[in-house]
Amino acid sequence: MLGLNSRDFKLLMIVIFMTLAAPILLNPFPVDSALGESFNAGYPALMQRFVIFGLLAVGFNILFGLTGYLSFGHAAFLGVGSYAAVWMFKLLSYNIIPAMLASVIVAALFAVVIGYVCLRRSGIYFSILTLAFAQMSYALAYSVLSPITNGETGLQVYADDPQVLMSAGDPVVPHLFGWEMNSSVTWNVGGWQFVFQNGYYLAAICMIIGFYISIRIFRSPFGLMLRAIKSNQTRMSYTGMNTKPYMLAAFVISGMYAGVAGGLMSAMDPLTGAERMFWTASGEIVVMAILGGVGTLIGPVLGAGIIKYLENIISKINSDILHNWFAFMPDWMDNLLVNILYPFVGKGWHLTLGVLFMVVVIFLPGGLVQGGQKLGALFSRKSKSSDSDATTAGTANTNTPAE
Amino acid sequence: MTKTTYSRRRVLKTGAVAGTAGLMMPTYLRAAAHEGFTNAPTGDTVTIGFNVPQTGPYAEEGLDELRAQELAVQHLNGEGDGGMLNTFSQKNLDGTGILGKKVQFVTGDTQTKSDVARASAQSMIQKDGCIMINGGSSSGVAVAVQGLCQDAGVIFMAGLTHSNDTTGKDRKANGFRHFFNGYMSGAALAPVLQTAYGSDRRAYHLTADYTWGWTQQESIAAATEALGWETTQNVLTPVGAGDFSSYIAPILNSGADVLVLNHYGGDMVNSLTQAVQFGLKDKQVNGKNFEIVVPLYSELMAKGAGANIEGVYGSMNWNWQLEDEGTKAFVKSFGEKYGFPPSNAAHTCYVQTLLYADAVTRAGSFNPCAVVEALEDFEFSGMGNGDVLYRGADHQCFKDVLVMQGVAGSGNANMVGYDTLSLVELTPRAQVEYEPDHPMFAGGSLGECNPGA
Repeated sequence: MLGLNSRDFKLLMIVIFMTLAAPILLNPFPVDSALGESFNAGYPALMQRFVIFGLLAVGFNILFGLTGYLSFGHAAFLGVGSYAAVWMFKLLSYNIIPAMLASVIVAALFAVVIGYVCLRRSGIYFSILTLAFAQMSYALAYSVLSPITNGETGLQVYADDPQVLMSAGDPVVPHLFGWEMNSSVTWNVGGWQFVFQNGYYLAAICMIIGFYISIRIFRSPFGLMLRAIKSNQTRMSYTGMNTKPYMLAAFVISGMYAGVAGGLMSAMDPLTGAERMFWTASGEIVVMAILGGVGTLIGPVLGAGIIKYLENIISKINSDILHNWFAFMPDWMDNLLVNILYPFVGKGWHLTLGVLFMVVVIFLPGGLVQGGQKLGALFSRKSKSSDSDATTAGTANTNTPAE
Repeated sequence: MTKTTYSRRRVLKTGAVAGTAGLMMPTYLRAAAHEGFTNAPTGDTVTIGFNVPQTGPYAEEGLDELRAQELAVQHLNGEGDGGMLNTFSQKNLDGTGILGKKVQFVTGDTQTKSDVARASAQSMIQKDGCIMINGGSSSGVAVAVQGLCQDAGVIFMAGLTHSNDTTGKDRKANGFRHFFNGYMSGAALAPVLQTAYGSDRRAYHLTADYTWGWTQQESIAAATEALGWETTQNVLTPVGAGDFSSYIAPILNSGADVLVLNHYGGDMVNSLTQAVQFGLKDKQVNGKNFEIVVPLYSELMAKGAGANIEGVYGSMNWNWQLEDEGTKAFVKSFGEKYGFPPSNAAHTCYVQTLLYADAVTRAGSFNPCAVVEALEDFEFSGMGNGDVLYRGADHQCFKDVLVMQGVAGSGNANMVGYDTLSLVELTPRAQVEYEPDHPMFAGGSLGECNPGA
């Protein structure tokens, strides 16, 4: 179906189901319950981030997962995509079509230039070069190019901007031919509340399309060539292959994914700042991919989801909330538990992420996907054969079920 | 083991009832339109969001804001001694929450980054149902969050933001600023600087490279040039640079005899410390003593800079050493709870929270548009700054501005920053007022108030 084998098709269907039903799946607890107040993640702004960063990680994985080239400056493409989109809002109108197109094109051009220079080197030198370019872009956006980027304040749309394509009755928020990004339908079922927002669904559809394209690339001869480069680039050259064009193509595709993600971020919230390009943002993308499973199809999406969940949900649990949870216990026990847990929540969420990352890297080099496979193997009958399957999945070089 | 004894009939019946109930329940609503505005509080509580930097270069300020905000919520809910509620010229707040609803709050960490601050504010609005967002410690962030609140249809009561743009070209109908701004600092400082340093001076500016730095530099340069000073150079420095020595070295040879540090927080601590280490304060240029000016002071910066601030002039929105009743009441209840005096960042967030609560009470509604109406051109006193006006034209508060000078202090290590700043002059409100369309503030428009939904 759709040019996919049945296993990939099943995976795509699962992703489609998960993203479309996310407003329900992510709100498992009633709104007013203590659990709901702390752990429900089904509000539009966060769901948008899940899918947008999922898309970004999927694109990053095309480069890192297939070719093994670790770009440490991917956030630069996200940033230029965002700036391009906001400029389209400022110059043309709030319709997101020109904005999205501009963000993809600008990010692609940017990727061609950076890729052309950086791909002359491989390994650590490539990573450092991309990092240097990203930091350069950040510094430019932050101060030198202030007239274009509005520096640290961030670029936003003002009422007196030209917006030449805007007519009188048009919405003053990003929209798709009048279909406003920030309007939503709320569905109250008993104590539960589910919010279905236009913007989220647009981002979700982009993510699904991006995911589908990524499967096709993974399964194509082009994808095979990229894997060949990963396994031994020198040997490829000796056989007479020019690997450069393949590498550059992968780099640009990956940059375009980031551009779309940047454009979507602006479409959801028409303000952008230079910190989107900071090296920590680039690092976050790498962590997403590794946490979920490099070279697997679904891994980066999982990684992105987990990081954004920790960042937005766990970081909001403060000591008062912890005390509320343990209020039924005797005081000393309450205090003890709060003292143990507190460093891991609230502003300590980085610590939780760090511990999780270490555990994954040490015990599950194939990321959470490998963990899932191991669990699956544990419960399946034919433990012997699938177990060896799962270990090879860790290195992510072969065709494994989860890819 | 229990045996389930549901008959087929009973299961069907229950299923049918549940099914109908389930089908009946869903109501399709457009963003809580039933009350006519975003996040209308329905139960017996109302939630407000405190969005402050808890990590990053301005974290100290943010954490102090949070302390004050928690105190404000306690006072609104009738706990503690009531603080400024007793001295506030309006007597609508009686310790029963806001309009009889108990006040709850959620907190968020802005990390002093616009993106993160907006994500945090969005989560407060969409997930926690906040009706008002308060706090913050950077003008860039304030402008970003103010725009978000305008679009979402909730009220934004800005915290520590000193850029002219917040109520200038970036002003928004749903946003209000109690804190003073760069223009006011310039207007208040200029006469004091003239008296102290004369009117023939050459000033060198180091400026934090973002909206606040730019507008403050512009304001101070304009105010001092009006005295007859000359601005030799303005050098922009990145926020969070850490090391300013490469920026300070050229000053020695520039022919300037005054250094204006348009820096804040950790940056100001570093740049001032390094300027002192380079011996700028002991130098003689053009036959005059070299002087340093820090236009925007805060207790927490003074604490970080220690003895380096001695003799350095700056301005503040409010200081705990003021003698009026409102200040005394606030300092007392803050001091009793936390063991040290509040900073002016804490004061502004505390006052903003009370002002919001009072405006809701006077309006009789949480509807943002009603609150905007209640706050516009609202005059009050008893909040530590004399007679204050919340101007309707740009949502900027007008009040007396404090000119401070660094002094040796008592030597008590816990009070560094709090008693090492001494009040030089209380500049009356009339001297720092300006027209809403003043060139430094022009180009913005409030737009319509947005109730959301």
